[in-house]
Amino acid sequence: MSTDIPTSTTAYDGLHLGLGDRLRLWWDALPRPMQWLVGSPIVIFIALLPVLQLPVITTVGTDFGGVLAQFGMYALLAIGLNVVVGQTGLLDLGYVGFYAIGAYTVGLLTSPDSPWNLTDDWLSRNWAWLFAVPVAIAVTALSGLLLGSPTLRLRGDYLAIVTLGFGEIVRLLADNLTGLTGGGRGLSQIAYPVAGVSEERPNGVFSAGNTLAPLNSGAFWFWLSMVLIIVTLVFVGNLERSRVGRSWVAIREDEDAAEIMGVPTFKFKLWAFVIGASIGGLSGALYAGQVQFVVPSTFNVINSMLFLCAVVLGGQGNKLGVIAGAFIIVYLPNFFLGRTQLFGIPINGDEIANYKYLFFGIALMVLMIFRPQGLFPARQKLLAYGRQVYVASRRAYLAAAALAAKTPVPAAVSSSSDDTEGGAR
Amino acid sequence: MSSVLLPGAQVLTDPMIGFDLGALARNFWALTIDGLTYGSIYALVAVGYTLVYGVLRLINFAHSEIFMLGMFGVYGTLLLLGFTPSGNAYNEGIPLTIMYLGIALIGGMIVAGTSAVGLERVAYRPLRKRGAPSLVFLITAIGASFVIQEFVHFVLPKLTNGKLGGVNAQQPIRLVEPVDVFSVFGATVTNIEIVIILSALVLAFATDRFINATKFGRGIRAVAQDPVTATLMGVSRERVIMLTFLIGGVLAGAAALLYTLRVPSGIIYSGGFILGIKAFSAAVLGGIGNLRGALLGGLLLGVMELYGQAVFGTEWRDVVAFVLLVLVLMFRPTGILGESLGRARV
Amino acid sequence: MRRSTPRLAGTALVLVVGLAVAGCSSKSSDDTGSSASSTGGTAALSIQPLVQIDNKGAEVKVDNSGTPANPAGDASAKCDPVTIAMAGALTGPNAALGINILNGATLAIDAHNAAAPDCQVAIKQFDTEGDPQKATQVAPTIVGDASIIGLLGPAFSGETKAVGPVFNQAGLLSLTASATNPDLTKNGWTNFFRGLANDAVQGPSVAAYMVNTLKYEKVCVVQDDSDYGVGLAEQITSGLGDAADSSCNAKVKTGDKQFDAAVQQVKDAEPDAVFYAGYYAEGAPFASQLKESGVTAAFVSADGTNDPQFVKQAGNAAKDAYLSCPCGPAPDQFATDYQAKFSTAPGVYSVEAYDLATIMLLGIDSGVKDRAGLIDWVKNYDGDGLARHYKWESTGELASALIWIYQVK
Repeated sequence: MSTDIPTSTTAYDGLHLGLGDRLRLWWDALPRPMQWLVGSPIVIFIALLPVLQLPVITTVGTDFGGVLAQFGMYALLAIGLNVVVGQTGLLDLGYVGFYAIGAYTVGLLTSPDSPWNLTDDWLSRNWAWLFAVPVAIAVTALSGLLLGSPTLRLRGDYLAIVTLGFGEIVRLLADNLTGLTGGGRGLSQIAYPVAGVSEERPNGVFSAGNTLAPLNSGAFWFWLSMVLIIVTLVFVGNLERSRVGRSWVAIREDEDAAEIMGVPTFKFKLWAFVIGASIGGLSGALYAGQVQFVVPSTFNVINSMLFLCAVVLGGQGNKLGVIAGAFIIVYLPNFFLGRTQLFGIPINGDEIANYKYLFFGIALMVLMIFRPQGLFPARQKLLAYGRQVYVASRRAYLAAAALAAKTPVPAAVSSSSDDTEGGAR
Repeated sequence: MSSVLLPGAQVLTDPMIGFDLGALARNFWALTIDGLTYGSIYALVAVGYTLVYGVLRLINFAHSEIFMLGMFGVYGTLLLLGFTPSGNAYNEGIPLTIMYLGIALIGGMIVAGTSAVGLERVAYRPLRKRGAPSLVFLITAIGASFVIQEFVHFVLPKLTNGKLGGVNAQQPIRLVEPVDVFSVFGATVTNIEIVIILSALVLAFATDRFINATKFGRGIRAVAQDPVTATLMGVSRERVIMLTFLIGGVLAGAAALLYTLRVPSGIIYSGGFILGIKAFSAAVLGGIGNLRGALLGGLLLGVMELYGQAVFGTEWRDVVAFVLLVLVLMFRPTGILGESLGRARV
Repeated sequence: MRRSTPRLAGTALVLVVGLAVAGCSSKSSDDTGSSASSTGGTAALSIQPLVQIDNKGAEVKVDNSGTPANPAGDASAKCDPVTIAMAGALTGPNAALGINILNGATLAIDAHNAAAPDCQVAIKQFDTEGDPQKATQVAPTIVGDASIIGLLGPAFSGETKAVGPVFNQAGLLSLTASATNPDLTKNGWTNFFRGLANDAVQGPSVAAYMVNTLKYEKVCVVQDDSDYGVGLAEQITSGLGDAADSSCNAKVKTGDKQFDAAVQQVKDAEPDAVFYAGYYAEGAPFASQLKESGVTAAFVSADGTNDPQFVKQAGNAAKDAYLSCPCGPAPDQFATDYQAKFSTAPGVYSVEAYDLATIMLLGIDSGVKDRAGLIDWVKNYDGDGLARHYKWESTGELASALIWIYQVK
């Protein structure tokens, strides 16, 4: 059935829906197992990207696997920030602070440079990273709570500035508390998961020393982050469809109205903040594991702006859109880096890559004027009994399309009636 | 302030944060004078934030870049006047120096003023026409900051043959050398510091008068208070908004000149960001939307920052400023003098 | 467009005010304008080599007996086409250093390729932006390129910490011309060689020079927050011993331009000298603000400020400042060639990059074909370069690394 519906939707344009909307309607009407079935090949294809080494798409100056690993981390950050900015409508300009706290927690627990290093007494270096990840998530969640509880009473713009200050304070603390964090020298030799040890990969597949292309450490980190992204998406998606998600939308649309209608806005804003923070912390933990070295200058406030850029570019509130946004942010500069020609046209890729902030800035401005909802905008949708309604609306749509063409579309109608059963949960 | 900060900070990081009240006591007056000098610069930039916020309820995040462009305007004007960057002071004598400063001031004001109005035209007006929510404005402002910074970083050196912009700070043009003029309780005050503090006060006073005692100012206050009624009464909202951005920009240009007098080698594409955040904090500290609050907040922040550095160590300067901002927002979100351009007048 | 407005207005104003002051203004601006070709009042000031010192701070006479290795030495050399990689910051705020290194290496390789038609060596540049994560993305690409048999870099200590294990496991020679963090050679890497003295040599040498030769009794050590600044300050402070005054060890941040509190601390302590551990971007305004507030103490700093930009920015405040560097002064011929090729003067580490590239080229000329061979070649290398004599210990440090003291004159 996945074959006949696209043909029927492209054939009739009776309802004047855009391609994206038609795709969305089709997708939303699919029963959940079917979604997994259709989604998996796409996910597998994305996962195979570093192995396939497709021409043109593969980066030249930098390792494609490494770039994708960074994309994975940024995608997680974008999903986390999206919970705060896109779904709840709280502008957080200091999100990099959580990323830093996550990375530094792992660093402090497992780097030999740190006074709180656990790996030289009871914790094996092989398992230290895995041990540190949940700790990092917990610590960032706690920091989100600590930052959120006093500041979330502030509205919009003020909150943005306070969070900006928070992001800077985190970085400055990492820089100034030299006895703990090593200051500008950073923390090196951070633990990473040791797995898949073999003759050619003496330190396991996640070690930075694993450079056997194409299955190098970058690719493995990418796969690890993909798994975490999917888990996070399921988690955030379920939240979104629950009471929590509905409250977030209510708060985003009109906080006062939500409060009056009985939504405990402060509580749910805090929830959003804590969940967003912990996802940021998870991403930071990934960073620490992959790079095995943290230093304060990595966590500049300008990175907060980049994360925000990913969310806004992708489409605030759209989980998959912000992942695409993160991909653009990470991939585009790397795409040009080291490239001397593109489709036979000579270009100076390094220089183009150098201008990335200029392009991102222009993109933000233009986007805000002409498409403030982002490239892949979130649509208002029914959160609880969505699928049943989508199936019905899809049926109506197909019927209308069929009517417009004065030809029956039997297969599609019958198959979508099957969906109803599959969709009922 | 220090008493608020200390207990929490010490529990967290016992040996790592220095605490030396003696340093503050020894250099109290010298620090105060330096603090007032920077504070008056913060204040002038803060006025730009506060006016725009008062009229539009919008944080003009890109205002820091307007200030940065002002610095380049000042520097460009000096280059046009025939000064060669040499790292040494020219010391042309008082009347000539004042004239050059005046011309540079006008240069900085024109560049900053036009770019502020241009920013409003290009970035904010289309959004206002569409009735966009305030987050959209803020994100646009972030985009505009990127664009302006990178313009100076990459494009300006190409346009000016490498004379302006680029990755390094501009080679300084020093018009005057600081000379001690008099001393207060053992702390010397230099000619530059006098110029900075006096001009900032004069400009702040003039702006205050302009807003509170002229027809244009009345328009601004009217729109700040009630845009709809003001429009009905015949005030052109668009013109008021333009005027607001112009005043903010012009004052940022003036602040840019004063800043480059004090820190001649601070002219760099990234030189506006932190100062902008500080100035914004100053505006919030005094009560955003409140003109006199901006002045008070600026001076207070400038002084606090230096006291904080003396007590906790020089590396804590920005932390002191940010913590101050967070504390004020938490405990008195309307600032010391209270919000609103409309209510705090005359 | 934006530029034209102030220019017009400025010109108009000059005219108006010029009338009022009756020509005074035009005269004085002529005066200053005429010196546009030179660098104004600081034309006389530049960084001059003063003396070469050992780790006791004592002078070591420059030994000119050896002939520096010439990359164009062997015209009859035959080899398969191979590549040398260069990794460092080529874009971003720290690009100047990376470009100095790239240019120095390019000069050597071009000279070699012009002389030896049957042995063409290519250089591939990899931009890390000085960012550790970027470096982890770049490193696999370098390692994965089979034609690359040697690496000049990484340029910074931070990124070297992050990707050092990668090159070590791949057995790729990593020859750095600029990463001076002492800990880098303590990781047991067999492929890592440093072409200059590390901070653990520079710190004590300069400290000893300050105490023994310059006879300073009280020194304020001011540091920035970079890896380099923190490490160097530590070495200097311990080298100075009692002469280091802990009451004025101020710390500044990268990007800072206002140093009032730090200046006040120094002024308070009335030291004989101030040692600044950091880069010129902050060092220059710090030096001038010190001078402006009446501090007469000597200004001493290291390779991070040893850049023409320091003199440009600080002006007269830079006068008589002592700037150390593990890098040697550029010989005249080298400077001329460099200037002709890149239309800019050679910067810090250009000479080292040239020397290190030359060493790799000589290895290739002598028949080295693979990565292991090149590591072996460097390990056993013993010869003179433009900057110094190159011979490495098993750790990867130079057997004898000396420090140069320069002075702004």
